Amino acid sequence: MANFISLSEVTCKFGDNECPFPAPGAGIFEWQPLASFNLLGFTSIEITKPVILAMLCTVIVSVVFIAAFAKPKLVPTGLQNVVEVGYLFVRDNIAREIMGKDGDRYVPLLTSLFFFVWSMNVMAIIPGAQFPVSSRFAFPVVLALVVWVVYMYLGMKNQGVVGYFKNIAFPPGMPIGIYPLLTPIELLSTLIIRPVTLAIRLFANMFAGHLLITVFTVSAWYLLNLTNFVGFVSVIGYVGSVVSFIVTIVLTGFEMFIQALQAFIFTLLTAVFISSSLHAEH
Amino acid sequence: MMILAEITGSLGSIGYGLAAIGPGVGIGIIFGNGVQAIARQPEAYGVIRQNMILGFALAEALALIGFVAPFVFGA
Repeated sequence: MANFISLSEVTCKFGDNECPFPAPGAGIFEWQPLASFNLLGFTSIEITKPVILAMLCTVIVSVVFIAAFAKPKLVPTGLQNVVEVGYLFVRDNIAREIMGKDGDRYVPLLTSLFFFVWSMNVMAIIPGAQFPVSSRFAFPVVLALVVWVVYMYLGMKNQGVVGYFKNIAFPPGMPIGIYPLLTPIELLSTLIIRPVTLAIRLFANMFAGHLLITVFTVSAWYLLNLTNFVGFVSVIGYVGSVVSFIVTIVLTGFEMFIQALQAFIFTLLTAVFISSSLHAEH
Repeated sequence: MMILAEITGSLGSIGYGLAAIGPGVGIGIIFGNGVQAIARQPEAYGVIRQNMILGFALAEALALIGFVAPFVFGA
């Protein structure tokens, strides 16, 4: 990974005109462990900034929901009112829209997923945190594994172990000749491609968004170096720096939209997978 | 061996450009037809929007894989 400069390795000083543009790369996603300890003598557990942010997200989501619904009232007031809007959004726009009335059983899972993924994404623009937790691949992978286990379990429970795999591999109502082509595609798609793309989609969106914002932030700083020159070059430096700074702000607004959209898509796809496990295609 | 053509520089960005063609066309078709469907039948807005976003997410994943691949596999 020698091509990608980590920002911590950049030795450029402000006003240093010989310095090449320190393009941020995959290095900005690597964090030094803040603390590490051994488990059972052979596994070392390292606590990095993303881990701390993920724990913070868990605490925030749990505390908000417990505070809102610890003593639920029939006529909601204050915090319960606000959180109920979020809950109803997941129930009406995701669960019932995809699964109908059957979806009501899975609203708690979908609500937790939605708000946990969203809070992990929003950490990208919280001052002081400014790192999307889901841009570390392990976090979306674990969430996708949870979803995978849930829909596999529900499929086997509702259609039987044999029936579920039979329904995946041989969807009924097809011409017999198409099965040699269809069976491997369907098996691969349901068992492997679904969870993999679920994880990659969230990871890649957050990765790309964070990288974009960083590139424009660094370039706003870097182009100020050009203002040390005289004449036209310094004008380019001022204009470019101001434009980069404005683009950073605009992109931050765009990222807020993308963060909510990705959390929504993650939950929506979970609902689609669960709904395909509940009923066999016929 | 005689080299007939050679590309130097950032191959990752060329790959991303190529990978973005298909999803770009696909997302255009999805939203174009989605807006058309909403215009024809505004009362079905909820269902159409769900399916539009679903299709958008599936098409967009391909472009994003193209974006991430150079970082994951190195230059």
